[in-house]
Amino acid sequence: MRERLRSRHLVTHVVLMAGALLMVSPFLWQFLTSLKTLGESTRIPLTVLPASPRWENYSAFFDIVPVGSMAVNSFLALVLRVAGQLLVASLAAYVFARLRFRFRGPLLAGFLVVLMVPPQLFVIPQYEVIRTMGWLNSVQALALPGMFSAFGVFVLYQFMRTLPTELDEAARMDGANPLQIYLRIILPLCRPALAALTILTSLFSWNDLLWPLIVNTVPDRMTLPVGLATLQGAQGTDYPVLMAGSLLTILPMVLVFVLLQKQFIRGIAMSGIKA
Amino acid sequence: MRTKGPAAPPGAAEPRRRPNRHPDNAWAVILLAVPFGGLVVFYLWPLLRTVLLSFSEGTAFSGYTITGLDNWQRLFENGDDIWRALLNTLVYAAIVLLGVPIAMVIAALLHQRGLRGRSFYRTLYFVPVVTMPVAVAMVWRYIYNGDFGLLNEVLDTVGGPTRAWVADPDTALYAVAVVGIWMALGTNLIILAAGLESVPQTLEEAAMLDGAGPIRRFFSVTVPLLTPSIFLVSVLSVIGSLQMFDLLFIMLGRTNPALADSKTIVYLFYEEAFVRNDRPLGAVIALVTLVVTLAVTAVQFRLQRRWVTYA
Repeated sequence: MRERLRSRHLVTHVVLMAGALLMVSPFLWQFLTSLKTLGESTRIPLTVLPASPRWENYSAFFDIVPVGSMAVNSFLALVLRVAGQLLVASLAAYVFARLRFRFRGPLLAGFLVVLMVPPQLFVIPQYEVIRTMGWLNSVQALALPGMFSAFGVFVLYQFMRTLPTELDEAARMDGANPLQIYLRIILPLCRPALAALTILTSLFSWNDLLWPLIVNTVPDRMTLPVGLATLQGAQGTDYPVLMAGSLLTILPMVLVFVLLQKQFIRGIAMSGIKA
Repeated sequence: MRTKGPAAPPGAAEPRRRPNRHPDNAWAVILLAVPFGGLVVFYLWPLLRTVLLSFSEGTAFSGYTITGLDNWQRLFENGDDIWRALLNTLVYAAIVLLGVPIAMVIAALLHQRGLRGRSFYRTLYFVPVVTMPVAVAMVWRYIYNGDFGLLNEVLDTVGGPTRAWVADPDTALYAVAVVGIWMALGTNLIILAAGLESVPQTLEEAAMLDGAGPIRRFFSVTVPLLTPSIFLVSVLSVIGSLQMFDLLFIMLGRTNPALADSKTIVYLFYEEAFVRNDRPLGAVIALVTLVVTLAVTAVQFRLQRRWVTYA
């Protein structure tokens, strides 16, 4: 019996391993290509390993686009959007989940309706708002609409509803007001949900293309994905440099993922939403 | 008239007063001010504005005036761009949906009791989910290259067909959809794995004692109990697919000969609204996206009754 069990797992391992190899092979190819010369990357038959690894390709990427400022833009936009989203979403979720007030239903519906509408319906007027404020090509342009995303409200609302109401009642008996209850009791208990929201929002922010492409069009105000996208047309064919650059831009999120795997997976499972 | 009784205990002071059903009105106003303000400025007003724009004429400089259904007519009567984009989007969504059974098989394999290296596998399958679509699209574009792409090289050695996968109108959309499957697999896997956790082990064991083999158990026990999760994953997969933009934008550059035949609805939206700066037409396309998303989701919920079993 034990023998049979082990051999069955052997087949499982072979299948899973083959699948896993398929999943990561594009990244392996990206890495190998990033160390080749342009000639090696476009030669037939293919060269699998570069004759001598060209690490210069990575610094060459910094010479063709303002990578430094793009990385800073991406990072600042992420920090601002995450901070804003955590504050806005936790406040709204707290009010809807724990307070009793007039028009609670219709107001909550206002938030939830937004969840069901494809983002394109907001984009044109959002762009107009940002332009009217004179904020095109700025960090706040990148972060602003996402800070108020109803997605976070929904995730935190679901979580806060599961906390026992006795917590609030006891605190009120002790004379605490709703703001104090939010800050001292509810927020600390929401740490897992806040962590999940932080991770998902970071992922959205770091990887987003359409919105940053529209609002920030000056090269040193662009984010990394937009900067990378502009390379496609202009530089086009220097594959090793392109692969080096794209590898550098995905590295931060992959590292964060490897370090915080549990939270990532919980976040996905909790919200059920694709990054 | 009431007189103040010095000894009245708190709570007993007004015995007849009806309990306040909305004790927190003031606090709700204060705490909701910022979140609701943002919602109005960046979501609710834009929603209304997009609807108005779709019935308007004008440019960003001249301003817009409401004129009626002209834009809708323009979109649906001039050429078949919109129909092709709709069809492409639905085909793309359908292909990416094929990733769900793949994810089910992998989830079931990973779920086996006593399997080693589970989290190792899970990590590898999940990596594409966290990587930037723009970056992986570049890698895939290079892999799909007709002259020196890795895919052609591999197919050549095993005697398969070779071609310029993303520059050929016959294959471009499918090539992009394969990447879509690859990117979504990790997410699907996580949700299905969470579903499997809730399938009682005892049923599997009972089936095993009755002599059911692993494949029979998968189809007769696991899949039926997993249908709610499968349904959730399918709905999310389709909604995500209807939004596809990044992969296409990068994998098919603007000069790609296959682009004209492979545009999706969001790509068309971007092009009209922000490349041609035809905002009213963009607004119409955005509204069409909404209609399609609602319709497709409604169909899925209807069909659900036929195959989803809630324990």
